[in-house]
Amino acid sequence: MVEKKFTVGWLLRNLFLWFVVLMVMFPVLHMISVSLSGTWDVITNSVGVWPMVDGKFGATLAVYKFVLAKPLIFTAYKNTIVYTVLGTAIALFVLSTGAYALSKADRLPGGKFLNILVMITMFFSGGMIPGFLCIKWLGMLDTIWAIVLPHAFGAYNCIIMRSFFQGFPKEIEESGRLDGLNDITILWYLVLPTSTAVLATIGLFVAVSQWNGFMGPLIYLNDESKYPLQIILRQIVMESVMDEFEGAARDTTFAENSIKYATIAVAVIPIIAVYPFLQKYFVKGVMIGSVKG
Amino acid sequence: MRATKNASAEVLPNSPASAKPEWMKKLADGKYLMMLVTPAVICLALFYYFPMYGLIIAFKDYKPFIGLMQSEWVGFENFVRFFNYKYCWRMIKNTFLLSFWSLLWGFPAPIILALVLNECQNMKFKKFVQTVSYMPHFFSTVIVVGLLTMMLSPTGGIVTKALESLGIEATNILADARYFRTLYIASGIWQELGWGAIVYLAALTNIDPQLYEAAVVDGAGKWRCLWSITLPSIIPTIITMLLLRMGSIFNVGFEKAFLLQSPSTYETSEIISTYVYTQGLQSNSFSYGTAVGLFNSIVSLSLVLISNYVAKSVSETSLW
Repeated sequence: MVEKKFTVGWLLRNLFLWFVVLMVMFPVLHMISVSLSGTWDVITNSVGVWPMVDGKFGATLAVYKFVLAKPLIFTAYKNTIVYTVLGTAIALFVLSTGAYALSKADRLPGGKFLNILVMITMFFSGGMIPGFLCIKWLGMLDTIWAIVLPHAFGAYNCIIMRSFFQGFPKEIEESGRLDGLNDITILWYLVLPTSTAVLATIGLFVAVSQWNGFMGPLIYLNDESKYPLQIILRQIVMESVMDEFEGAARDTTFAENSIKYATIAVAVIPIIAVYPFLQKYFVKGVMIGSVKG
Repeated sequence: MRATKNASAEVLPNSPASAKPEWMKKLADGKYLMMLVTPAVICLALFYYFPMYGLIIAFKDYKPFIGLMQSEWVGFENFVRFFNYKYCWRMIKNTFLLSFWSLLWGFPAPIILALVLNECQNMKFKKFVQTVSYMPHFFSTVIVVGLLTMMLSPTGGIVTKALESLGIEATNILADARYFRTLYIASGIWQELGWGAIVYLAALTNIDPQLYEAAVVDGAGKWRCLWSITLPSIIPTIITMLLLRMGSIFNVGFEKAFLLQSPSTYETSEIISTYVYTQGLQSNSFSYGTAVGLFNSIVSLSLVLISNYVAKSVSETSLW
């Protein structure tokens, strides 16, 4: 580019982009700062976008220790991890087998019809109440299955995988067939090992939606010991249910806002920590989805 | 399974066939695929199509202890009850307006970001902006609303405090019905701005650079290039995305409205899906809740079909 760099346009563009960055970062930085600050600094509202201890720049992990030591939050954390891992494993199994079979709609008896049935679920569903009654009828209310099974087979993810599998070279498949492989073993030995990119992408989409899931647990779970993090988060942050902290809070005197922000941070930090490394998979997923969509 | 008996007859599709009828050969050929698709079919049946069948309770007076079959048919009574409810139109209006304003403000934002990012020559900075702006997409609704609640809290919320120092009374933003839509839309843009730009950025990188070179030779300036090359190249993407959004305009997600609302903001914040939840699951009016939900689904489905029809005739792109 033989262009002079510092034009008005250049300045406006950069101002705009920095504005976007700051707007996005601000709540996150503020949250982390408050959760790392001293009690007095939080109560006097003197924390901005960097942590303060006793009026000076500094950080303390005291609130995190306090929050993570609470059985309620600890159990919820454990539940969320179990739901995420199990839900992702089940979804990847159902999706990869289903999408592979559906990618061969001409050979699968009823395949075209099934593809239409999958498509329909993208635009029409039974809705909240029939969904609830169905889970109840299946005897899954208040069990882990109500959280990990209902969305294991999502139409959108299935279509992304299906279009990926359709690109698998026919010649390799034929040579596998000559070596005596059938559709199941072809999928297992030939297709899946070369599909790690799409498996990672879909796996991540499912994992994020399980980690963030709120409506399912809200509707299907009643037993507090099975609640995932998101439900507990809502109780503490939005409904200010602080029973869990009452006794201890009086002794250790943490500010309510510190506890709330630390609870949010605990739920968000795993995502912030892994996300930059996985970004390319996510972006790839959007692109496959929008090309085929 | 019947097909397994024919395992010995399984042959390559194009090899000389045995005397079996055509459909048996197809079954034999597809039996492993049928096994593979079984888990998916079970999921579809149990969690998608069984609830769809359950929609018939919208036309019944469903009593859990009598059962689905024995419950009495009531025709359209549940729907009539909804349309006669005094807040019915308020809810329909709220659902539509929330979506409409989200579309109006939220739709252009990612396009603008993509256009500006595309002009950015500093690759490292561009990558940084992208990484940062995609991030909130992965935050849960509870976290987004939680952050909003905290920052606007009357007791020590940082935004409340900042507004107060400017002399603006801001103690009650979360409980004020006038601000509900603004908060809903602004936080939506905050969360999806960067993520929404991905599709447009991809469309922009597909533009042939030779077009710009030729235009510059012909004496075109930056704005002229933007107007005559960049925008026309991404118009198909814009139209497709717009139609997709139009189709889902009546399909407002439950979670965010539910988490952000409070009885004091119902005037603007009560939408159909949150009403379905309070009626159907909190008051156990299963049939009534289902009827209201079904009304919502039917309206959104019609909108999808209409916008797809328009998409087909306008830009020859369609969802299926």
